[in-house]
Amino acid sequence: MITMIGKSIRRWWALFTLPTFLAFILGFLAPFVIGVYLSFTKFTTLSNAKWMGTRNYQRALSDPIFWHALWYTTLFTIITTIIINVVAFAIAYMFTKALKGATLFRTVFFMPNLIGGIILGYVWQLLLNGVLAHWGVTLTYSEVYGFWGLVILLCWQQIGYMMVIYIAGMQALPSDVMEAAAVDGASGSQTLFHVTIPLMMPSITVCTFLTITNGFKLFDQNLALTNGAPSKMSEMLALNIYNTFYGRPGFEGVGQAKAVIFFIIVAIISLLQNKLTTRKEVEA
Amino acid sequence: MNRNVKKAASVIAVAAMSMAGLAACGSKSNDAGGSSKGGKVYYLNFKPEAADAWNTLASKYQSETGTEVKVVTAASGTYESTLKSEMDKDEAPTLFQVNGPVGLATWESYCADMSDTEPYAQLNDQSVALKNSDGTVVAVPYVNETYGIIYNKDLLNKYFALSDAKVKSVDEIKSFDTLKEVADDIQAHKTDLGVDGAFTSAGFDSSSDWRFKTHLANMPLYYEFKDDNVTNEPATIKGTYLNNYKNIFDLYITDSTTDPSLLSSKTETDAETEFSGNKAVFFQNGTWAWTNLQKAGMSADSLGMLPIYIGVQGEEKQGLTTGSENYWCINNNASDADKKATKEFLKWLITSDEGKSALTNDMGFVTPFKSMNDEETDNPLVKIAKADTANTETTSVNWVFSMMPSENWKNGVGSALLNYAQGTGSWDDVQKAFVDGWATEYNLTHES
Repeated sequence: MITMIGKSIRRWWALFTLPTFLAFILGFLAPFVIGVYLSFTKFTTLSNAKWMGTRNYQRALSDPIFWHALWYTTLFTIITTIIINVVAFAIAYMFTKALKGATLFRTVFFMPNLIGGIILGYVWQLLLNGVLAHWGVTLTYSEVYGFWGLVILLCWQQIGYMMVIYIAGMQALPSDVMEAAAVDGASGSQTLFHVTIPLMMPSITVCTFLTITNGFKLFDQNLALTNGAPSKMSEMLALNIYNTFYGRPGFEGVGQAKAVIFFIIVAIISLLQNKLTTRKEVEA
Repeated sequence: MNRNVKKAASVIAVAAMSMAGLAACGSKSNDAGGSSKGGKVYYLNFKPEAADAWNTLASKYQSETGTEVKVVTAASGTYESTLKSEMDKDEAPTLFQVNGPVGLATWESYCADMSDTEPYAQLNDQSVALKNSDGTVVAVPYVNETYGIIYNKDLLNKYFALSDAKVKSVDEIKSFDTLKEVADDIQAHKTDLGVDGAFTSAGFDSSSDWRFKTHLANMPLYYEFKDDNVTNEPATIKGTYLNNYKNIFDLYITDSTTDPSLLSSKTETDAETEFSGNKAVFFQNGTWAWTNLQKAGMSADSLGMLPIYIGVQGEEKQGLTTGSENYWCINNNASDADKKATKEFLKWLITSDEGKSALTNDMGFVTPFKSMNDEETDNPLVKIAKADTANTETTSVNWVFSMMPSENWKNGVGSALLNYAQGTGSWDDVQKAFVDGWATEYNLTHES
């Protein structure tokens, strides 16, 4: 049946993948390899790089601010991942049950995701500073305020997006299993924890992956909300890398080394997370 | 229906992606033509506030001489990163700027010999030009700026008219002690005077913190370097005058319009607004502030400037703080024709009437060139600055902050200052960031 097509595919696939493959090399592989190479050099512009061995990495790892940014970001990611997913799931669960005006609310919840991070950061800075003014402090008074400000901001922005993914997942749940559960007399919470959630694991995998990587890579919001103040104590990894690269002449290589370390961390964590959650996925 | 929508969406997506790809390739080759005859000038401008004036000047020169002049202005705070990416292009800037010895160290290999250029020949004092490690002149300052404590004459006169005023004329403020006395008294009389405080908010937003971590920190460093005859970036400093630094900073945050716990997010615009709205008497800033103050409705007659007194012996002879952090450099990697064109352009800038008038009036620069000594200006702060430089009774304080080891050092001092002001840190931390931080940063930036 498919032999005709199959044959030509076997003969011509290389030709047809070529444009995409070229684009992949130019747009992804080449910058990545150059980036890794630069992390071992001292450079001002790309054309005058000088090989330095692993010294950039030593410098990156001996920077206390980098370590602070690392645990600050990790803590931030853990907290936002939990809050965003639990709340988004709950809202999605609510909306798939009969609820008046659900479509309208879905749109409303999704809206924040359409606003750019810089604007969001600026608007929330005004809002939060307005509230904090009651206590005579501002968002940049201490890194704790900045931390929770960022958590509020990111949750507000991302819950709607994750909710949409969860809603899509819930609407695709096989109704026979649900009916079977209802017929067998399972209570609401039993259905939720033993039927819905296991079946929802693919969506959960996607959403946790997105929230974890978003948390780690957070940049615009951090820049606009606190810009690392005070004393770089609210600086997260991406901003720390940016500031090392552009803020300190002679430290471009160190910034690059930090970026490579950052990439490795994010890659390991997302791979682990993917393994863990996909293992829990079941077929109905 | 559904299929059509999908198809349309995918077509649009493909189109959008290929557009992005094309745009990325296109940016490099914009004005590839035109390099046929003679050299070209490409100036990467540092001062966004002078961008329009530069563009007008460039097109004037182009129509007059036929030499192509391109001016690109980096957005505020992005000069280093813009320069970094522009330098990597085939059409790199032929003329760019560094901010002093420390900036020069980064770009040294890109800086051509400037000893045969007109700007160097015309310098009032040729020792202010910067030399590279071989002793060749490679960077020439093109603008002098002056800062101090700008005061509102009207408000200050109102204070002097009070029956129990500590002093009766601004001429009596000749030392830190008098300044403090007056500021404390103004703070005590703030309701009588209708102000919120003696000093504007010492904001630590990045738009404002350089006033303290860089400009104010210049004062203790200047006196220390003077004592120790330091003329080049030292590996370590002692912090001899840090107590004086503390005194003046304490004054700024105590006799202020703003509660210290709110300083972290105050901007320079906040301080400007307080000052132009007659809510504060003193405002530490420089000649460049006039443009904004004028826009905010202040008149030239109501502005004056005091030296920043910090309580050092003999400071009644101290003048305003004058210097430069803007040095022209010619790109060493440019073709000889381009270098020549750039040098001719520079010559025209500081010797022709159009160039001189644009630099003085449109950009508001006080230049260090002989050819421009007679230019008149309408900026009251510049007039004060010029009078101060000409005054033989006082000595101007030099800008030594161009010797600060790195931006990171300034940031460290700035954060420590803010923590101290907020009460979340102690003065010891400032001292540590200042003295120990200097040594650390010096080592980090001088390892090859």
